[in-house]
Amino acid sequence: MSQPIIVSASPHVHSDRTSKKLMYDVVIALIPAFLVSLYVFGISAFIVTAVAVISCLLFEYLIQKYLMKANVTIGDGSALITGILLAFNLPAGLPIWMIVVGSLVAIGVAKLSFGGLGFNLFNPALIGRVFLLVSFPVQMTMWPTAVENNTTIADAVTGATPLGMIKEGLMFGDTMTNISASLPSNLDMFLGLSGGSIGEMSALALLLGGIYLLYRRVITWHIPVTMLATMAVMTGIFWVIDPESYASPLIHILSGGALLGAFFMATDMVTSPMTKKGMIVFAIGIAVITVVIRLFGAYPEGVSFGIIIMNAFVPLINTYFKPRRFGSKIKAKIV
Amino acid sequence: MLKTFPKGGIHPPENKITSSKEIKQMTVPKVVNVPIAQHIGIPAEIVVDRKDKVAKGQVIAKSGGFVSSNIHSPVAGTVTKLDLIIDSSGYKKQCIVIRTDAKDPTNFEEQEFPLKTEIELEPKAILQKVTDSGIVGLGGATFPSQVKLNVREGTKLDYLIINGVECEPYLTADHRLMLEKAAEIIVGIKILMKALHLEKAVIGIENNKKDAINLFKSIIKKEDGIQVAALQVKYPQGGEKQLVRAILGREVPKNGLPLDVGVIVHNVGTIFAIYQAIQYDKPLIERVVTVTGKKLENPSNFWVKIGTPIKDLIAEVGGLPEGTRKLVNGGPMMGKAIKNTDVPVTKGTSGILVIDEEEASRGKAENCIRCGECVAVCPMGLEPHLLMNLSEHGMYEKASAEDIMTCIECGSCSYVCPSHRPLLDYIRFGKNIVKKLETSKK
Repeated sequence: MSQPIIVSASPHVHSDRTSKKLMYDVVIALIPAFLVSLYVFGISAFIVTAVAVISCLLFEYLIQKYLMKANVTIGDGSALITGILLAFNLPAGLPIWMIVVGSLVAIGVAKLSFGGLGFNLFNPALIGRVFLLVSFPVQMTMWPTAVENNTTIADAVTGATPLGMIKEGLMFGDTMTNISASLPSNLDMFLGLSGGSIGEMSALALLLGGIYLLYRRVITWHIPVTMLATMAVMTGIFWVIDPESYASPLIHILSGGALLGAFFMATDMVTSPMTKKGMIVFAIGIAVITVVIRLFGAYPEGVSFGIIIMNAFVPLINTYFKPRRFGSKIKAKIV
Repeated sequence: MLKTFPKGGIHPPENKITSSKEIKQMTVPKVVNVPIAQHIGIPAEIVVDRKDKVAKGQVIAKSGGFVSSNIHSPVAGTVTKLDLIIDSSGYKKQCIVIRTDAKDPTNFEEQEFPLKTEIELEPKAILQKVTDSGIVGLGGATFPSQVKLNVREGTKLDYLIINGVECEPYLTADHRLMLEKAAEIIVGIKILMKALHLEKAVIGIENNKKDAINLFKSIIKKEDGIQVAALQVKYPQGGEKQLVRAILGREVPKNGLPLDVGVIVHNVGTIFAIYQAIQYDKPLIERVVTVTGKKLENPSNFWVKIGTPIKDLIAEVGGLPEGTRKLVNGGPMMGKAIKNTDVPVTKGTSGILVIDEEEASRGKAENCIRCGECVAVCPMGLEPHLLMNLSEHGMYEKASAEDIMTCIECGSCSYVCPSHRPLLDYIRFGKNIVKKLETSKK
């Protein structure tokens, strides 16, 4: 034998799943939504995404190397995903320096100050997004409207998101019938031709990505299905009781960050529970908070807050929703 | 839908490259090194001395207690020394070294064992014969078989389960044995049913061995009370708790035994050894070993005398290929990596696996990304990531409260961990300390 023999404990084989592959699968799953955003917003969507990704990677590199003096792990794909997801939660045409600040908060505060990959309590991209939302509410809610085949930066034309229109309309005492007239059609929302953040445009593209993640077993159905179903049921109850004051469940699911949140943000492995039972509790929590904010809160959209608030409960959920130990409940039936 | 156990489990690549290779008789080695601790429990006591002549099948070490087992000479020859030799545990263990007598005909003539279906012995005598013949569980756990058969009076018992699952990748020893000795195995099952006064037995076989399933189905007669259960392929279905759950839907209680739910489980290899012991008075001196590996010239299944050095087996399949980095006694999931090729085959050696560079090296351990995959695959419903952390940080009481001792060390968690974390290594470490703490308390 040319080289010494390795003596190590079992198992001696390993599946070909690696953290890196999981991360890059998520990146692949985000491609359809990114293509839609390019189609809708043109170059401005590309600029926002590129700036967010580059600054997330750069901050991770600089902080790990010079502040933490630790191994640099920018190649693991996690900072890349944080960058993409942050960009997807921003309006196209947001000033570049704001994106950089958001990236610094996401990577520096939400991720590395907790100890880096695997130790962060909150979803870094969402912390970055919420930081920007509360700091720069005006710029963060200036949505360039969809202009077909637009290749210029569309920062001049702005409008509200469907959820924003509904919230505003209802606040001024309008009825859903009147508001609906100015809303984009359900089909447009499904395809991605309404206003909103870069990544939340097309329900179809997000669903495609979500199905890819399910197919690749990067995520399980528990969080997205439970979250969307709970949202549909809750908004459905209000809608059935008073359709003039509440939007239909379909609008709630298709618009805003519901699908992006359900498939890509809430399912973040680090910040979601470990067990299936826990995941279901977690997803129900997100849906309830989201719907309460959407229907009764000041903000038109609540998915980010829903996820962040439930992130804080994850350690507790992990403690109380453990897997059932084999043999802890005896089902003996000797005849 | 085929039966299986519901919680956890993995599907590693099967790599059963030797499943169509008939079991060949391995040449009798010139020297055998027979360890006296080949079973779980108390080591046997040596009853021979240097320069003693021993006959094939003669007892050379006597059972050292209740949970112990006799050891017989696998060859006719002369005891050359009593020495400490590294075995598959990696430690030096007491061995009896016997030089084979090249002139003794019993070493070389092919013994014939025609099928013998009448069971003459009475239950008590069967138990005694199993004890005398040094039979231990051949699935890998090497638990002395007579202890399992020694059921206390009044214990409710209704099923004998035969473990023909062989869920470890690469290994085909049980598969081949079932194909080649099916009729004998059926008689062996009847022997145990008689000894235990049981009317029902089930042979559990995973569905990747359809030929064995069909063979058993074709030779079993209705009145035998024996059934064949085809099971979904899922590791670690060969674990007895998982197997009982899969076949009968009964869950062995925490820290309990299959006996607690009225079941006794034996491996097919053990059944065959019992058949030979009862019908032909043949002690356990040889077993089927799969010698396998992707790069080997001629991976095969062999009948091997206990005590044969592994290098003899490797020479028989064409020698170690270039780039070999690991030798495993057993399968890739639960087998033990061995230090050198002088290690002898023991009663628990179901296979020798030769692994090359690509498969041998572990990935670099990275941060836990809390994906929960280890929790999802754990067949015992444990939280491996948590147990690893607790063991790593010395929180043994908490680890014990989180049921670390119920871990069956199947390795599914380490197998799936995308961050290559040494989960099972730390859990084993934690288990050892928890065990010590618990015994010191008593």
